[in-house]
Amino acid sequence: MIALENICKRFDTLDVLQDVSLALRTGAVTALIGPNGSGKTTLIKIVLGLTRADAGALHVAGEPADAAGAYRRAIGYMPQAAHFPVNLRVGDVLDLVQQLRPGEATDDDLMRAFDMDAIAGKYVGTLSGGTKQKVNAVIAFRFRPSLLILDEPTAGLDPLSSNVLKEKIRAVRAEGRSVLITSHIMSELESLADDVAFLCDGRMRFAGSIADLLTRTGNASLEDAIAALMRSDRATPWPAPTAAPRAGAVPAWLTPGAEGVA
Amino acid sequence: MNVISLVLSAGLRDLSRNRWIVAYALAFLGIAEGLFWFGGTGPQVLLSLLNIVLLVLPLVALVFGTIHVYASREFVELLLAQPVPRRQLFAGLYLGLAIPLAGAFLFGAGIPFAVHARQGASAGAVAALLVAGVSLSLAFAAIATWIALRTDDRLKGVGLALGAWLVSTIVYDGLVLAAAAAFGDYPLERPLLALMMANPVDLARVLVLTQLDVSALMGYTGALFERTFGTALGTSVAVAALVVWCVVPLGMAERRFRNRDF
Repeated sequence: MIALENICKRFDTLDVLQDVSLALRTGAVTALIGPNGSGKTTLIKIVLGLTRADAGALHVAGEPADAAGAYRRAIGYMPQAAHFPVNLRVGDVLDLVQQLRPGEATDDDLMRAFDMDAIAGKYVGTLSGGTKQKVNAVIAFRFRPSLLILDEPTAGLDPLSSNVLKEKIRAVRAEGRSVLITSHIMSELESLADDVAFLCDGRMRFAGSIADLLTRTGNASLEDAIAALMRSDRATPWPAPTAAPRAGAVPAWLTPGAEGVA
Repeated sequence: MNVISLVLSAGLRDLSRNRWIVAYALAFLGIAEGLFWFGGTGPQVLLSLLNIVLLVLPLVALVFGTIHVYASREFVELLLAQPVPRRQLFAGLYLGLAIPLAGAFLFGAGIPFAVHARQGASAGAVAALLVAGVSLSLAFAAIATWIALRTDDRLKGVGLALGAWLVSTIVYDGLVLAAAAAFGDYPLERPLLALMMANPVDLARVLVLTQLDVSALMGYTGALFERTFGTALGTSVAVAALVVWCVVPLGMAERRFRNRDF
């Protein structure tokens, strides 16, 4: 669906992403995991065209992503925290985004599930954080995107709403659409995701199926497997980008490109 | 509706309910009406209001504009994640900030002069005040937008906005005066005219004063300006220079918006 090839991004003197490649499978949920500051948000922003990569390529359905951003028609984005103009009504925000995407088929399941009609007349500034997050989710899912990018989607949601959202993610996957999701709640990702992409210090340390990761690390849960990855990462840090790679510095089973998501 | 009008319309709805914008409009209304109430004639009120406009309007446009752009950043990211061109989105966002600022001034300063139209202020002078105020709103909103897009650190951005206000309203005139005193033995007419053009606040002041018979208040540069261009040409030159002051920072902000990483 979407493929990133050898993406590099540097902010001032900091290499945020180094030679990152990732292909998202159609009809699969891919968990993007990494410690704080590992480059997850930058990677997401590059996919969305909010940030430009210094090097590398972004392909959508086999074609290079157009600079004008028309490919974003295929993407629904749910940022980590919802920030809407406080003096707009919820209905104004939903209408604005709908009018910015004219002619697109809509899916109002989440609208109904989160009872948006009941709050459509309320000003955004009067909403709780969780309710704003529901509006955020509705916007992301509403236009039936081929790829959903969800950044900590359940943060701030009550258990019931969180459950509704997770069911919706499963339904989207069942329809053959792709989802890229980040979260620090490993149990949540394990229950939702098929594949995992693990970023650390701006490098893609693992990209493959969760089942494969569990097998390779010999762990029973995603949380333990990721912890093992992070421990091995600390024990055998990657060389500085300008230095030649040190032999044996990286566990063989984590060799970049050893396992990519097809 | 196109992207510009959609985003502009949302911006207008948001800021028309913003308490600071409402207070700003009411403050101008109260001050102008108060000046009339306490027995001022039209020209006296206009002169008093001009001094307030030249000090307060750049301050509000710079500080409010900078804070507004920072506060909108996450919402802008959400809009940029939609399939919309950056150039059009920028135009909608800028106009959604500048029009409420200019509109609040027009409302607050314009209504009292319309109500007290028979109290002696010439239509030309009132029009010059309103044009000067609108031009300053547009120019300083563009400068504020550029500052906020240029600087990620919000505190630094607001500091720069305050610095720009201090320079354009207070420091600049002092430097010009010092230069005139230091190089009094040299022909300074042309350099001083050029220096006056380089400050929108000076231009706005001269634009209004050339419409009034108050040469004593013009100051050295204002008198020089009128002597060089005369009233009619002087007005056109001042308006043209103010237009340049709106267009150049706007172009810089637009370029920054198109090229920056979010």
